[in-house]
Amino acid sequence: MLLEVKDLHASIGGKEILKGLSLTIKAGEVHAIMGPNGSGKSTLAQVLAGREGYEITAGSVSYNGVDLLDLEPEKRAQAGLFLGFQYPVEIPGVNNVYLLKAALNARQKAAGQPEIDAVSFMRLVKEKAALMEMDQSFLSRSVNEGFSGGEKKRNEIFQMAVLEPTLAILDETDSGLDIDALKVVANGVNLQRRDDRSVLLITHYQRLLDYIEPDYVHVLANGKIIHSGDKSLALQLEAEGYDALMAKAAG
Amino acid sequence: MSTNETDIEELVAKKYKHGFITDIESETFEPGLDEDVIRRLSKLKGEPQFMLDWRLKSFAIWQKMRQPNWAKLNIEPIDYQSISYYSAPKSPDDAPKSLDEVDPKLLETYEKLGIPLHERAKLAGVAVDAVFDSVSVATTFKGKLNDAGVIFCSFSDAVKEHPELIEKYLGTVVPPRDNYFAALNSAVFSDGSFVYIPKGVRCPMELSTYFRINAANTGQFERTLIIAAEGSHVSYLEGCTAPQRDENQLHAAVVELITEQDAVIKYSTVQNWYPGDEEGKGGIYNFVTKRGDCRGARSKISWTQVEAGSAVTWKYPSCVLRGEGSVGEFYSVAVTNNYQQADTGTKMIHIGANTRSTIIAKGISAGKAQNAYRGLVKIFPTAKNARNYTQCDSLLMGDQCGAHTFPYMEVKEPSAIVEHEATTSKIAEDQLFYCRQRGLSEEDAVNMIVNGFCKDVFRELPMEFAVEAQALMNVSLEGAVG
Repeated sequence: MLLEVKDLHASIGGKEILKGLSLTIKAGEVHAIMGPNGSGKSTLAQVLAGREGYEITAGSVSYNGVDLLDLEPEKRAQAGLFLGFQYPVEIPGVNNVYLLKAALNARQKAAGQPEIDAVSFMRLVKEKAALMEMDQSFLSRSVNEGFSGGEKKRNEIFQMAVLEPTLAILDETDSGLDIDALKVVANGVNLQRRDDRSVLLITHYQRLLDYIEPDYVHVLANGKIIHSGDKSLALQLEAEGYDALMAKAAG
Repeated sequence: MSTNETDIEELVAKKYKHGFITDIESETFEPGLDEDVIRRLSKLKGEPQFMLDWRLKSFAIWQKMRQPNWAKLNIEPIDYQSISYYSAPKSPDDAPKSLDEVDPKLLETYEKLGIPLHERAKLAGVAVDAVFDSVSVATTFKGKLNDAGVIFCSFSDAVKEHPELIEKYLGTVVPPRDNYFAALNSAVFSDGSFVYIPKGVRCPMELSTYFRINAANTGQFERTLIIAAEGSHVSYLEGCTAPQRDENQLHAAVVELITEQDAVIKYSTVQNWYPGDEEGKGGIYNFVTKRGDCRGARSKISWTQVEAGSAVTWKYPSCVLRGEGSVGEFYSVAVTNNYQQADTGTKMIHIGANTRSTIIAKGISAGKAQNAYRGLVKIFPTAKNARNYTQCDSLLMGDQCGAHTFPYMEVKEPSAIVEHEATTSKIAEDQLFYCRQRGLSEEDAVNMIVNGFCKDVFRELPMEFAVEAQALMNVSLEGAVG
């Protein structure tokens, strides 16, 4: 079991957002979480990545057998958890590659491995950039500064490719992308699918799942997973809408 | 989403690294200031009559002036009579001729500060006129500079060996009556550096002076004068760190730069005087007057400063752009933490036609510190087609500090173009989280974000200084996390 979320309750500013969420992800699996706006999708991503400001009032999260909620955000990252941000952050004056090298070396260091040398690093970075059909000039620009929405998302998946996570949580990676950009991003994710890498896709629309085929689909509503199924569930949702399913769940 | 300000505060609460006192006997005047003190000081330094007269005239001017209070600074009253106006390492009469003759304890001090003088000088090819307290104790690379015809010596030596140059140029950029602290400095300046680059000479190395304060209750009154003759070029580095103290120490330096036609002076500073402790106790009062005079056509003066230390910083390195087509630049990073206060900026005075100036000022505020940018861009009617570009950015860490911007513009020539941009941002929790999510520690994340913010200024620094400046940022803002 890679990730085991049990009866998770989380609130922010006294308001409960997650109300008993449970989810289990095994190594190599791709899960999609779908849900209407305000259902708690992004909160789940933030809580799993360790964003401060959320209060965990009940439940547990086990990651590779350790208590994930006990770890600082950087420790979670160093343990192979990657969050592809819905709104990637701009960091003026900080070179894209510089951040990536620091990130990679932090993980190397945590794993007791030597730092990667500059030549191997640049080779790796160029290879992954090509994979994401990114122009070399991306690498030396400041992190996300002046990037278009599509470029930012592409940059997230590029970072994922370099950091090679064990669990990638992709928060609305499809939002704001035109169809060409969506294909590139989806292709980038598909190329990274491996037996020892799990992916949690968080999305509002079924569209992304046309390109990245999940093993399981979960519907999140009002802070809980109300329905789980295979890929066909996404199509059903697309056809019937969230309301019908939520009414069914309530009834 | 609530920010983790407590953590940021912890993070920036790093102790000052260079806090120690060297135990060396000092010959120090008893506290107090009157004409007699100035006469004794001048005599002790073996100065010619004109120098004494100048000091006494300045003292008379100072006595009629009042300490300025227009800056956004909250300063305890300074008792100028409780300060000692001269302190020198023992036996100034037989000052050492080489490093071998230097008091080993003094060398140890440099070692602790991380600047092994000889090694550094050799490796980096930098000539160091080391000012310890008020007397220069070691000067290296004199020969190489001599061959190029460059004069680089302590101000005291210059007064004795080149009195005609001192008499001709001293006070012509910053006259004694310019301001209260300049008048005080003119009366009691102890030592400093003098540089003269002859016509057409490109100075063969970067010139560097390390200033230190090391005796309790001794104000430091440095005086620096740099003259770049026609077509010459020089890069000058000034860096400071100081031992930890409990009482406020007054520091009122004056720096004058002069460029003749087509000459260039690049003046870089890293200032790391003792800033006081976490409660705001102690720390240096730093009142500095720095001004460059672009006298010749197409000449250029460029100021780059990294201000990390001092309890109070009052400093406005300025350019008077007299020569046609002359260029003034000001690149500044000012960091304030705990109870530090900085009121700093620049003045660009455009007099000549086609003069250009650039101002890039970055202020970083943490803890309970206050950081103000104050700048004046003045365009005279004679400055046809003058151009100025100003950019001021402030970065706040936590919610108890302040950033302020006071830009003044006086434009009296319609063909001039003056641009001003300003931003204030908080070190964003989402930036920190983003970096940490990629695996960086909070400390590394803060360093990376801050250094990114300062990049436009750091890249103006000479290479080895840029590295030091980054390290200094990290020391100034990092803390014991976890």
